[in-house]
Amino acid sequence: MATNELSFYIHIPYCVKRCGYCDFNTYTPAELKIESSLQEVSTSYIDLLLDELKLARSTAGPAIIPTIFFGGGTPSLMSPRDLGRVIEYLAGEFELAENCEITLEANPDSISREKLEGFLAAGINRLSFGMQSAVPHVLATLDRTHNPENVAKSVALAREVGFTEVSVDLIYGTPGESLEDWQVSIDAALAMPITHISAYALIVETGTKLAAAIKRGEIASPDDDLMAEKYLIADTAFTDAGFSWYELSNWSRSGSQARHNIAYWEGANWWGAGPGAHSHINGRRWWNVKHPSAYRDRITALESPELGFELLTEDEKNLERVLLQIRIPGGLKVDEFTGRQIAILNGYQERGALDSNAWSAGHLTLSREGRLIADAIVRDLTINLNQPDIGL
Amino acid sequence: MPAIPISKAPQPASTNPAQIRNFCIIAHIDHGKSTLADRMLGITEVVDQRNMRAQYLDRMDIERERGITIKSQAVRLPWQSSIDGQDYILNMIDTPGHVDFTYEVSRSLAACEGAILLVDCAQGIEAQTLANLYLAMENNLTIIPVLNKIDLPNAQPEKFAAELAKLIGCKPEDCFRVSGKTGEGVKELLDEIVKQIPAPVGDPAAPARALIFDSVYDSYRGVVTYVRVVDGHLSTRDQIQMISTGVRHEMLEVGVISPEPLPSKGLGVGEVGYLITGVKDVRQSRVGDTITNYQKPASIPLAGYKDPKPMVFSGLFPLDGAEYPMLREALDKLQLNDAALVFEPESSAALGFGFRCGFLGLLHMEIVRERLEREAGLTLISTAPNVVYSVLTDDGKELTVTNPSEYPDGKIASVREPIVRATVLAPSEFIGTIMELCQQRRGVLLGMDYLSEDRVEIRYHVPLAEIVFDFFDQLKSRTRGYASLDYEPVGEEEGDLVKVDILLQSEKVDAFSAIVHREKAYAYGLMMTSKLRELIPRQQFEIPIQAAIGGKIIARENIRAIRKDVLAKCYGGDISRKRKLLEKQKEGKKRMKMVGRVEVPQEAFIAALTTDADPEKAKAKK
Repeated sequence: MATNELSFYIHIPYCVKRCGYCDFNTYTPAELKIESSLQEVSTSYIDLLLDELKLARSTAGPAIIPTIFFGGGTPSLMSPRDLGRVIEYLAGEFELAENCEITLEANPDSISREKLEGFLAAGINRLSFGMQSAVPHVLATLDRTHNPENVAKSVALAREVGFTEVSVDLIYGTPGESLEDWQVSIDAALAMPITHISAYALIVETGTKLAAAIKRGEIASPDDDLMAEKYLIADTAFTDAGFSWYELSNWSRSGSQARHNIAYWEGANWWGAGPGAHSHINGRRWWNVKHPSAYRDRITALESPELGFELLTEDEKNLERVLLQIRIPGGLKVDEFTGRQIAILNGYQERGALDSNAWSAGHLTLSREGRLIADAIVRDLTINLNQPDIGL
Repeated sequence: MPAIPISKAPQPASTNPAQIRNFCIIAHIDHGKSTLADRMLGITEVVDQRNMRAQYLDRMDIERERGITIKSQAVRLPWQSSIDGQDYILNMIDTPGHVDFTYEVSRSLAACEGAILLVDCAQGIEAQTLANLYLAMENNLTIIPVLNKIDLPNAQPEKFAAELAKLIGCKPEDCFRVSGKTGEGVKELLDEIVKQIPAPVGDPAAPARALIFDSVYDSYRGVVTYVRVVDGHLSTRDQIQMISTGVRHEMLEVGVISPEPLPSKGLGVGEVGYLITGVKDVRQSRVGDTITNYQKPASIPLAGYKDPKPMVFSGLFPLDGAEYPMLREALDKLQLNDAALVFEPESSAALGFGFRCGFLGLLHMEIVRERLEREAGLTLISTAPNVVYSVLTDDGKELTVTNPSEYPDGKIASVREPIVRATVLAPSEFIGTIMELCQQRRGVLLGMDYLSEDRVEIRYHVPLAEIVFDFFDQLKSRTRGYASLDYEPVGEEEGDLVKVDILLQSEKVDAFSAIVHREKAYAYGLMMTSKLRELIPRQQFEIPIQAAIGGKIIARENIRAIRKDVLAKCYGGDISRKRKLLEKQKEGKKRMKMVGRVEVPQEAFIAALTTDADPEKAKAKK
């Protein structure tokens, strides 16, 4: 009987169209010069994935799977039958936990009642919709094609079909998005029957169309001050609507936290399958070759798709622990810190960056304002990490 | 064949002065002096084809790259005149080509009887050439005007011949026309040197007197001193003495440069050569000093000796504080070969430990900095250059201020600053813009002359501090590169000067303080505060940046507190990336200089202290 836990991230590197701000490892049919039908791509890609999962079993040994996450790309482009094959395979090679959380990232445009029923039947029990915004001009700047009304329809449909855990993702800070625009998006999201919400500040990644447009001066750069304001507005609105923050950019109703994401932040073990996917097992991180055809070549040659890896040193593990767990309420405890670090944190506490009650109870929980400067706090805490300050 | 094999040429120490011609070439950067010199080396066959390389006489990489000569050299060229068929020795003394080295130029000129005034006939004469020409005329040298680059398609020999004729008072047709590149006219020029330039005159029986016109440190041989013998005789057996210091040296080697060092028995009247005494520091063998025989000393030194006096000061700090000892070592080494370089330790709250360095001028400063960075592999921050002020306090104390941080806080009776006489040569269409610039820089017009129909010489008295502050860059950009500048110190004048301090969160940052004219204090304060506002990253608290004279704030800017410093997204694949980003940010944070609580990036110091208006250019420089 296996006692190790191993989560799975399954990468689906396909999109109908690449959005202007996105730098994820995903490809459009035009980029891949694919002429075969989506169904053919889906089927042959899943065959490759199953081979990598076989490798996972022989490498990692038996394990219980607490969570599976289909991310992308646009995993909802895949047929329910194909995603079902992955779940079945994992259930056969490993052991699914009784309450295994199985999430699918979904694009409102690639959803139908029939498909949603199929996903549910295949074992998927949590949906995460990419909403981004409810404001057309903001979606246009982001180069998103979906109709904002489709999100509400899809969420409603998902609930109708029987999904109990439904999340939406929002992006704030898009150039041209006013505070009012942001409020419209928040209100639209909160009006839906959701159990979870993520809100991310827009990051302009180099190499994207958006970055190029900003560089050419066609689009303004995101304004950090405005983003800070929007974060505060969002946190207030979500909290008032009965959601609690359980990670810097994630809020949920009670008991509806994404356990897969928590696994990342708590440094748990997971296997990421598919091109460009990252994995972590016991302090070893590795990542696969990025391009689908390179991935296919490796798998068909019965080789590992691993492109590179790193073995974390104790210092790196400590730094990761601080930088990840500071994002979670109460993730770090006062007694883990050295005197010098506690002095630094006391300084932040006086400036209102920490939740005072939690701090006096021995837990490090950032206040709203503190969350906005979490990276600065981490730098301050770890700048002279010659001897590990944390975990002594 | 007018070239003479070395073995048959008149030998050093036994050459009749009547057979000697000592000359130099006065020319602007890029006007082809080195190419002409190369050509002369080739034609006189002292360098054979096989060993020839471009800019043969320029020894340092910097000289080759920048096309300027920093140190002079002297080459002995045997030549048979095709006019009288006699054998001659031509000593070509190379002169430094820049305003900062006027004193060295004047000593090189003093070693000659004649000068070739070499002018690119596509460009015409430039201000520094004109200044050196005047120096040569003051030294009563015979001037041979030569137009170079006659092979160029855009050459205008008639126009510039008229210009030169007017300047030196000859006829335009007296101007020689050569091409250093093709060799055209160079043999004729050598014959003309023999014909026109007088032979040296001296008393062979008198006590020895030799002028030091250059002094170079060589890591194998110690200091190599270049001399021109005026009276008497120097030989390897002699003990010599420096007249200014009275110090005695053993003579280890005497010789001539041909163009590699060639030891000889000695040097006679009128001859030019080198000597080696085992001295390890050029300051013990100073340019302009007179060498005499210790046993049979001359009592009267040759005229014109001066101590080189630094005119421009700047702080040099290693970017990495740990490199301070290396910087000291590199400066010590450089000083062996640069009698004009002075330095003393300086510490700055913002920049750490470094040296306050004195230079002859801006080019000298740039060259020193470049050599330190290149030869010692250092990365340096240099503070904005400033001049030397004489400050008289109310209680009657007199202070010499070479660093704004030494500027007294108390009541000041008067401040005197160095003034230069600046000469600008430019096409006449730029008169207006040049005068405007000079007026802005507190210049006083002294006069203006037309060199030709469309070229003028404009003369101004300007405080050196104004020249030091990006004057040359401004001049070049306002005249599309056509203007040239020369200046020479003419003394000190009282000025209405104040010290402007820059404060970050009420803490004075010494590196940013400047002594400026009262009327420009506000502009300086505004420029500096707004520059710093751009350069200092936002921090977790508000940072007021102020400019102040004494206790009075004259300009202020504000850096607002940062509100967001977090990456919103952090999932599986982001973790390594985020950790590495944070590590990088931490490295960046370590390289910050702390001013009170404020973290100031090194780049901010560099960019704020460079006078370049364009921060990209400033960055590219480092």
